[in-house]
Amino acid sequence: MSSAVNMAGSAWSEDRARAAIAPHAAAPGGLLPALHALQAEFGFVPKPAIALLAHAFNLSRAEVFGVASFYHDFRLDGPAGRHVLKLCRAEACQAVGAERVAAAAHATLKLGWSETSSDGAWTLEPIYCLGLCASGPSAMLDGEPVGRLDEVKLAELIAQAAP
Amino acid sequence: MTIRARLSHDTASVALGGKAVARALREAGVEIVPVGSRGMFWLEPFLEVQTASGWRAFGPVAATDVPGILEAVRVAGTHPLSPGRIEDHPFLEAQMRLTFARCGSVDPASLQDYETAGGLAGLKRAIEIGPKAIREEILASGLRGRGGAGFPAGIKWNGAAEAPGDVKYVVCNADEGDSGTYADRMLMEGDPFLLIEGMAIAAVATGSTRGFIYIRSEYPLAIAAMRRAIAVAEDTGLLGASILGSAFAFDLEVRVGAGSYVCGEETALLESIEGRRGQVRAKPPLPVHAGLFGKPTVINNVLTFAAAPTVLTQGAGFYRDLGVGRSRGTMPIQLAGDIKHGGLFETPFGVTLGELVNDIGGGTASGRPIRAVQVGGPLGAYFPPSLFDTPFDYEAFTAKGGLIGHGGIVVFNDTVDMAHQARFAMEFCAVESCGKCTPCRIGSVRGTETIDRLLKGPDKAAQMALLRDLCDTMKSGSLCALGGFVPYPVLSAIDHFPEDFVAR
Repeated sequence: MSSAVNMAGSAWSEDRARAAIAPHAAAPGGLLPALHALQAEFGFVPKPAIALLAHAFNLSRAEVFGVASFYHDFRLDGPAGRHVLKLCRAEACQAVGAERVAAAAHATLKLGWSETSSDGAWTLEPIYCLGLCASGPSAMLDGEPVGRLDEVKLAELIAQAAP
Repeated sequence: MTIRARLSHDTASVALGGKAVARALREAGVEIVPVGSRGMFWLEPFLEVQTASGWRAFGPVAATDVPGILEAVRVAGTHPLSPGRIEDHPFLEAQMRLTFARCGSVDPASLQDYETAGGLAGLKRAIEIGPKAIREEILASGLRGRGGAGFPAGIKWNGAAEAPGDVKYVVCNADEGDSGTYADRMLMEGDPFLLIEGMAIAAVATGSTRGFIYIRSEYPLAIAAMRRAIAVAEDTGLLGASILGSAFAFDLEVRVGAGSYVCGEETALLESIEGRRGQVRAKPPLPVHAGLFGKPTVINNVLTFAAAPTVLTQGAGFYRDLGVGRSRGTMPIQLAGDIKHGGLFETPFGVTLGELVNDIGGGTASGRPIRAVQVGGPLGAYFPPSLFDTPFDYEAFTAKGGLIGHGGIVVFNDTVDMAHQARFAMEFCAVESCGKCTPCRIGSVRGTETIDRLLKGPDKAAQMALLRDLCDTMKSGSLCALGGFVPYPVLSAIDHFPEDFVAR
């Protein structure tokens, strides 16, 4: 739905940015849907889009930036890696070993939370609850939910993902 | 003849290999009806195959099990993955399913299925009796907000109906961010028309013509299911200028969150729909007087709206006669964490915590002893087994220093480190604080630091006094439940598990 759909993103184009914003510009409270649309288009919210949003919604750039930076979903610094692994860190998953899985992910991918590998292959992100609390530890890999994760299953998932 | 099968398309089923099962079934020429979950998550991916003698259930199914299952169905033989007739399963039989009556057995994309299974009767009656009588019925049923605060729904609806203004809104809070809760997600994926019907009833009751469902971005399948159901409802006249051919109009739109926990707080959620940062508003004014875009707004949780059709269909008396004390009707309770039979268990209020985790949930999945149970999400208290006689009831939990919140129960075994859990609660609050009020924004950061110092020693008593004082400030000084309730997990961990807070 959100960042997961278009991880790698595509190069900046003002026309495409305008096209992404346009359907939401007249909607009451359309800024959030417009930000989602931009992120789906480019894999992140590119800096020049902030000015376009400000103009479309009659807000200051600071206001738009304030909204975009408030929400964990919106990426402002660039697109995520080609694969995005989101691991649930909430209590229900903790109760069944989420922290062991997280430690294995850090070790295998050599990434901290919210980091992207230098070759652009992987991004590792924390997530707080996927509603899979009776089937944890849970994760989302490239937008697909994964349940009953352990170190073995994690290693398989990482190995199977295309480079 | 083509074999028909119901396969759960719930997020849990997908997460456990449901798509591969679907592929294997399709390759075998089976016609699949995608359904929601029965809520018995240890059986997911869950499959039911139609036979001459009724539906045969199987679970948990892997793609490789498909040939054997189809063979067992063909020769009417036994199969190791069959739990028997699913309706007779003790986990389902022990429940009283009102809200979740259809979930897992109807096609969530079919309005016809919904109506055949008893749907729309509540809305039809609502249209017949009119706004005032609907509100009287909801008030008399004793229905309280299922999102956590437990405020009487009838009073809220009356407030919005009586507030001056031509434009009014109905908003559904589907920002189910509490760990251990998944009932909203399950309902939206498995029976989305029930939520639409409930919101339409609220719209008729309050004179609203426009509604929003705010769903968290972490629930992509629920978002898709709701959008699909709304499109069907628009095409068939369940939504639009004349709902079910009546004089009432109602339009509904899904808005997607963006990963902020605090947007589950009702006023932060309204800010977010308005396209702003999800910062909490000071109350008053209450949303029923000045809510979305400054207009009178009814904002309720998914399960609250979803209970309304039952109240209208069965009558206020039927609903009010269930439950205990001031907690009336049924509650969809969600069993999670280290538990053998994790799943959704809908039952009238009053069942004890111990019955829920030990008898119904079957104890831990790991086989280790239970040490603590967190009820009500990340802001709920940790209860030790000595409090297992607490009945599931808003007031009974408050009396024991806890809260039932959205009805999530997370079981922890004896390996849990309660100091770590207390620290996590503070840290989570620091990460998710909207920043509007000082006790939450700064208190959560200081709380994390104080717990760290407490565990390092040596001035344990002083740090403990400081932490309690800080919790007191956060509890009474925060604008919303995030800062205000974080003392519940922290203090309950300290009070019930003091041995984990010695300097290390």
